Amino acid sequence: MAAADQPAVTGPVDAVPAVELHGITKRFPGVVANHDIDIVVQRGHVHAIVGENGAGKSTLMKTLYGMHKPDEGTIVVNGKQVTFSSPSDAIAAGIGMVHQHFMLADNLTVLENIVLGSEPTRGGVLDVRAAREKINDISTAYGLDIDPNELVETLGVGDRQRVEICKVLYRGARILILDEPTAVLVPQEVDELFANLRELKSEGLTVLFISHKLDEVLSVADEITVIRRGTTVRTVHPGEVTAHQLAELMVGSELPVPELRESTVTDIPELTVEHLTVRSEDGRAVVDDVSFVIHKGEIVGLAGVEGNGQAELVEAIMGLRPTESGRVQLGDRDISRWQTRERREGGIAYIPEDRHRQGLLLEAPLWENRMLGHQTQRPNVRGFWIDGAGAKKDTRRLIAEFDVRTPGIDVEAASLSGGNQQKFIVGREMSGSPTVLIASHPTRGVDVGAQAAIWEHLRDARAAGLAVLLISADLDELIGMSDTLRVILRGRLVEQVDPSSVTPKQLGAAMTGAGAPLEGSAAS
Amino acid sequence: MRDRLNRLALNVIAALLAGLFAAAVTSLILWARGDSPSFVISQMWHYGTQPSSEVTILNSATVYYLSALAVAIGFRMNLFNIGVDGQYRLAAMLAGAFGGAVALPTGLHQIAIIVVAMLVGASWAGLVAVLKVTRGVSEVISSIMLNFIATGLIAYLMRPTILGHRSGANDITTEPIPRSGQVPGVNLISSAGTKVYGLIFLAIGMGVLFHIVVNHTRFGFDLRATGRSSSAAQASGVSVKKMIVITLLLSGAMAGLVGMPALLGDSYSYSSITFQTGLGFTGIAIALLGRNNPIGIAFAAVLWAFLDQSAQILDINGIPKEIVQITQGVVVLSVVIAYELVRRAALARQQRRVGRALATVPAEMEGAPA
Repeated sequence: MAAADQPAVTGPVDAVPAVELHGITKRFPGVVANHDIDIVVQRGHVHAIVGENGAGKSTLMKTLYGMHKPDEGTIVVNGKQVTFSSPSDAIAAGIGMVHQHFMLADNLTVLENIVLGSEPTRGGVLDVRAAREKINDISTAYGLDIDPNELVETLGVGDRQRVEICKVLYRGARILILDEPTAVLVPQEVDELFANLRELKSEGLTVLFISHKLDEVLSVADEITVIRRGTTVRTVHPGEVTAHQLAELMVGSELPVPELRESTVTDIPELTVEHLTVRSEDGRAVVDDVSFVIHKGEIVGLAGVEGNGQAELVEAIMGLRPTESGRVQLGDRDISRWQTRERREGGIAYIPEDRHRQGLLLEAPLWENRMLGHQTQRPNVRGFWIDGAGAKKDTRRLIAEFDVRTPGIDVEAASLSGGNQQKFIVGREMSGSPTVLIASHPTRGVDVGAQAAIWEHLRDARAAGLAVLLISADLDELIGMSDTLRVILRGRLVEQVDPSSVTPKQLGAAMTGAGAPLEGSAAS
Repeated sequence: MRDRLNRLALNVIAALLAGLFAAAVTSLILWARGDSPSFVISQMWHYGTQPSSEVTILNSATVYYLSALAVAIGFRMNLFNIGVDGQYRLAAMLAGAFGGAVALPTGLHQIAIIVVAMLVGASWAGLVAVLKVTRGVSEVISSIMLNFIATGLIAYLMRPTILGHRSGANDITTEPIPRSGQVPGVNLISSAGTKVYGLIFLAIGMGVLFHIVVNHTRFGFDLRATGRSSSAAQASGVSVKKMIVITLLLSGAMAGLVGMPALLGDSYSYSSITFQTGLGFTGIAIALLGRNNPIGIAFAAVLWAFLDQSAQILDINGIPKEIVQITQGVVVLSVVIAYELVRRAALARQQRRVGRALATVPAEMEGAPA
């Protein structure tokens, strides 16, 4: 493999593809995770593999990286058929993987992290100088811009990712697998990553890029393979398709569109926030004099780049975070001093941003998760006592009504797929007829089927008079699902835009504070 | 339901395997010393099943059980109350002094002593709680420190000028509790000639109460939810700080009971020399062994007490009885590992089952497209 791998094979691609997968099938007991996968990856390409959550992308990449053996099919790397029984075989064949969750030791330096496991030694001692030279060479050659001496704990997410890439290159990889590399990055870091990828490509390396963010895929990939329900559906060139067509290939049917039908907004205020200010521990105003009103039957969307105070605002409304000043009013009751539990009992439902951390007890059965957040209310409890039968009965209703795919209600929450977990949470929060719903990223990380279902539930609840605060990073969702749209920037509500006329691009500009004031906007 | 039964069976098997493994390690050590493992085991079994041994085992198990329950309350919420040891010693000492100082009718007297012990235990644990919720001090550190402070405080209070009472040549005890405050033993094993602590029934009652409160009340749900994920519990409306305080107070109150069976059923006074120490640490091991479950802890406490008692025969045969501590140590370590393996295996198995159960659904759904 060494001879054929000399760099500078830009321009026309080599005749021998870097990776060929033919007829790959992988079964787990009772489940076929992959079947009849056929992919040909040309050398010097960025080849994207797209598919919904659970479509089998990760299983396929684990097969290619030697983490398990396929039951059928062949893997050909650089023209030679290979069998991997462990990742070290894959590494030896020049394949490296950058996992979605970084695997770095915070208390070690960049250099130590990179050499960990393949330390160069001289006379039995770590040869720091040789390692540093090699890392610097790699860093310069591919424009990674990393400093071997820095402590990893001081690095940002984008830097860490570059360290991971460098680590893989250090082990001699010529074929890189990147699993959802952009999931953790902000837009600017995504651009930097893509510049790095182009650099790698121009040096003749091959990149397998797994994602479900279609715009990104279209902008960086040379070829795109779509996987649906465990098998390859089609391989396309980015020039031939639009993001919308790609999404439909992924889903296998038409995409749901976030939209509201006729207005159901009333003039009865349900949640009123007045001059709310929240300070972080270091005294910075993370929510700064925020005021807004949500009426019965209204969905107020809150747009903003993550980290501009949305999370703190939500936590303050839920009573999870102390506020400095201002008030929160539910209907005509001042709830500023209420505990979280009183607020929930008062009718505020809450879909938290991070379902694993805040929304579920992963190791508890579903019916106990049904009680979570409603553990003082019927049908879950009767006075002082837990009403197991009542909770179980209502859990059955919930999974039927919200189409949660589970074999039973005694199954632990951790066993469900992300989309089903989210549908479960949405169903739970809609139970007990709430009057206000705080929905943080209600469709994050769920497949389009679940997304459509969640939107439908939101529309129904809105028609029934629910007041909703919607926070989302998906601008189409925000624009489509909001009656009123506010922009939050550095803890302040800076603009109000009309969701019926604004485009995602304009909204994005408003979120970064870059855009000129939009038409019909009112600074508040 | 099926999952739960499966998991229960797996846990029992895991505990048995851990026990066998510990026995094997102990045998290996005995064999390396040149002793016959089978001889040692048969000696221990023979001695441990004597009626008088059985009484001692039940008595020790009673105290171990209370101590392990005290630890388990915290464990269920991911709180590590290492301070049960200091809590029970201080509680026994002050309750003993109280019991010797007051004159109350039978019935009321015992209850008053027990209540004082629970209050003292709870207050001592309350210090840990206050430090944790107001200053963020780890309960592990502060409760260990408070064990030492308790030792010093007891030594100070036991001076004859304060609460101490010189008894015999060199022992100082609290004022003996009169008959009206004592709890007579029960004749559970008639051939033994000795009696089992009357407060064994208190221990059993506490186990039942523990089960009911943790599994069937709102408070118990909040406790378990906080233990599984404090962030999710908080978002659900649980005041985690309040839970920390209540849980530590309950744990401390339970710890206060640990000294009671011996104080009210045997010694009738707290002695700085003969009163048993270190029970709080034994309780940690037993709670781990019993998976923080009242029934599991009961088995673990009896096993532990059996090993303690049956080892007494070994010295006579020229074998150090400390060999049993190796068995106890290995069984705790291996059982913790075994439970974790079982947990992972069960989760993986369930995920496969979920996958299998749902594998057919998407296929039906797909139908038209593709």
